[in-house]
Amino acid sequence: MSQPDKTKTSSPPPSRREFLSVTVRGVGLVALGGVLGTLMAQPARGETAWQIDTTKCAQCGKCATECVLPISAVKCTHVFHLCGYCNWCTGYFVVEGHTQKNTGAENQVCPTSALIRTFIEDMYYEYTVKPDLCIGCGKCVAGCHKYGNGSLVLQIDQSRCVRCNSCSIAVKCPAQAISRRPIEDAYLLPTKTRA
Amino acid sequence: MRRFLFLVFVLLMPAMVWAEERFPLPDFTGGHVIPDETKLLPVPRAEMWGYRGWVDIAALAVALSLSAWLVLKKRSRRGVFLLMIASLIYFGFWRKGCVCPIGSIQNVAYAIGGGGHCGYVLSWVVAAYFVLPLAFTLFFGRVFCSGVCPLGAIQDAVIWKPIQLPRWVDEGVGLFAYAYLGVAVLLAAKGSRFAICQFDPFVGFFRMSGPVHMIFLGSVILAMGMFVGRIYCRFICPYSVLMRLLTPFAWWRVTITPPEKACVNCRLCEQSCPFGAIRLPTQGEGGRARIERRDRVWWLVSVLLVVALSLLLAWLGYGLGPQMARLDPTVRLASVVQLAESVSPEKRTEQQQQIALMDEYVKVFRESGQPVAELYAQAAAIQKRFASGTAWFGVWMGLVISLKLLGTTIRRKRVDYTVASASCLSCARCYKLCVVEEPLPGGTAIREVRT
Repeated sequence: MSQPDKTKTSSPPPSRREFLSVTVRGVGLVALGGVLGTLMAQPARGETAWQIDTTKCAQCGKCATECVLPISAVKCTHVFHLCGYCNWCTGYFVVEGHTQKNTGAENQVCPTSALIRTFIEDMYYEYTVKPDLCIGCGKCVAGCHKYGNGSLVLQIDQSRCVRCNSCSIAVKCPAQAISRRPIEDAYLLPTKTRA
Repeated sequence: MRRFLFLVFVLLMPAMVWAEERFPLPDFTGGHVIPDETKLLPVPRAEMWGYRGWVDIAALAVALSLSAWLVLKKRSRRGVFLLMIASLIYFGFWRKGCVCPIGSIQNVAYAIGGGGHCGYVLSWVVAAYFVLPLAFTLFFGRVFCSGVCPLGAIQDAVIWKPIQLPRWVDEGVGLFAYAYLGVAVLLAAKGSRFAICQFDPFVGFFRMSGPVHMIFLGSVILAMGMFVGRIYCRFICPYSVLMRLLTPFAWWRVTITPPEKACVNCRLCEQSCPFGAIRLPTQGEGGRARIERRDRVWWLVSVLLVVALSLLLAWLGYGLGPQMARLDPTVRLASVVQLAESVSPEKRTEQQQQIALMDEYVKVFRESGQPVAELYAQAAAIQKRFASGTAWFGVWMGLVISLKLLGTTIRRKRVDYTVASASCLSCARCYKLCVVEEPLPGGTAIREVRT
């Protein structure tokens, strides 16, 4: 007990402490291996990514402010196959107090003019998001969901997300819409109609 | 225009009820091709750098091995310091501190505890980050703390004039880490939140951005850390608890004097440890060691103390369950909704008003259309699960406190200056002050002493 255990590897009769130490080390390694083995025996063991469930998202705007990145990893994504290609897009034009129907900045919902309106034909316009301008505030998403098809959705841009172990947007999300997903299937776009 | 909008709104009313596509996709006559949105999605980072998981694990393994070699074989403070700075830059500022072994405790707890039901599977990178430093601890002591951990490195770099804390302060405040580990594991296992990550004081510095509370906490710890070395590591870090439990069984451990040499009791190293890990030789009457007898009465009292304290704290913990469950977002939401449902805004008290500031959550909840009863039922189920969890937390704290108390009754005889390996962060500072070292090329056996 009192001997300083400096020469423990060579001393022939192991003291109680040495015996205990070797035993615990063995048990510890087996336990660590066991934990690792059990967890690794699961079928999928890939990495996970954070993603927004668009059916839960309430467009509260916290995605723009709560992300740890200076400019949020959340971006507006346009699901073209759900879009009505409206001339009068409520995700693009401000509805309240709107007097003139032109594309002046004061008439646009998007604070950074990241939503681009392109004429296609007849009275149909295509709306595309410029990801480098989008700040993920969800204002256009709110407009589109309120009056339109809900084709504009917020998604976490996986090329920007740094995948914090605890997503700081998820912590503050009032709809608890952000959860982990397998990284191979990292996006959750609405397929048919809004729920 | 208003009329137009009104018309649009009225026309949309049925669409809202049916929740169908309000405006169908037009049939383009001009041959416009609708872009495929799934092709435009940015590729995940891990796929861009497919090898990254392996690089992370290899970097950790190499850093740990290097740290063990520098601390135990090379015995070089300079080497440990350089490795520490390199780790701070790589694991901290370059990899932004995520994922780290400290946080990985929660992933493991979540995977074992409740995440499996929600489809959460531990990734092998996180598993390796949890296991590798512990495995190294079983062989080499806490070499992770000295040369690899970026949180330790940033604190170690600011140590300026460290004061020696009394032993009881060190041990007493250090109990917080055990409690923190317990709470964090509980919250992670129940899938509520990853508290360790949320209150990580330094990750905000690594990312150069973060919530105010994080930056504030980090700044305070760093400012105080100039005088009290490595506050986070000694009193807060939950991973340190796991390593503390393992270090006494480590194969190789830090010794102030080189392992094959004998201490000459020169007292030079006495003040060298900023973390209070150096134990002085025991000084009983006339140099005789004081070893209290451990007879039957001692064992009886010990076992009684352990059992009684564990049961008492388990009972307290069981009662504390509903309070602790409030840290769960669903339970919190339920309580806020309940408040909003029961009290009208004018009649709220000051405290209720405070809670009502979260009314945004209530609004979002109401929009979601989930029945209130369902939310309450969910919250009640979580609270029930928490009660058993907090009871186990009580048992854990009871064991920790009673065993710590019993530890104070055991005194071992020490003839040399030795290291309390559980508290030792393997920083190699004391080596510099030890006069018993290999002869230097100049021929002198005494190393140059620098402070």
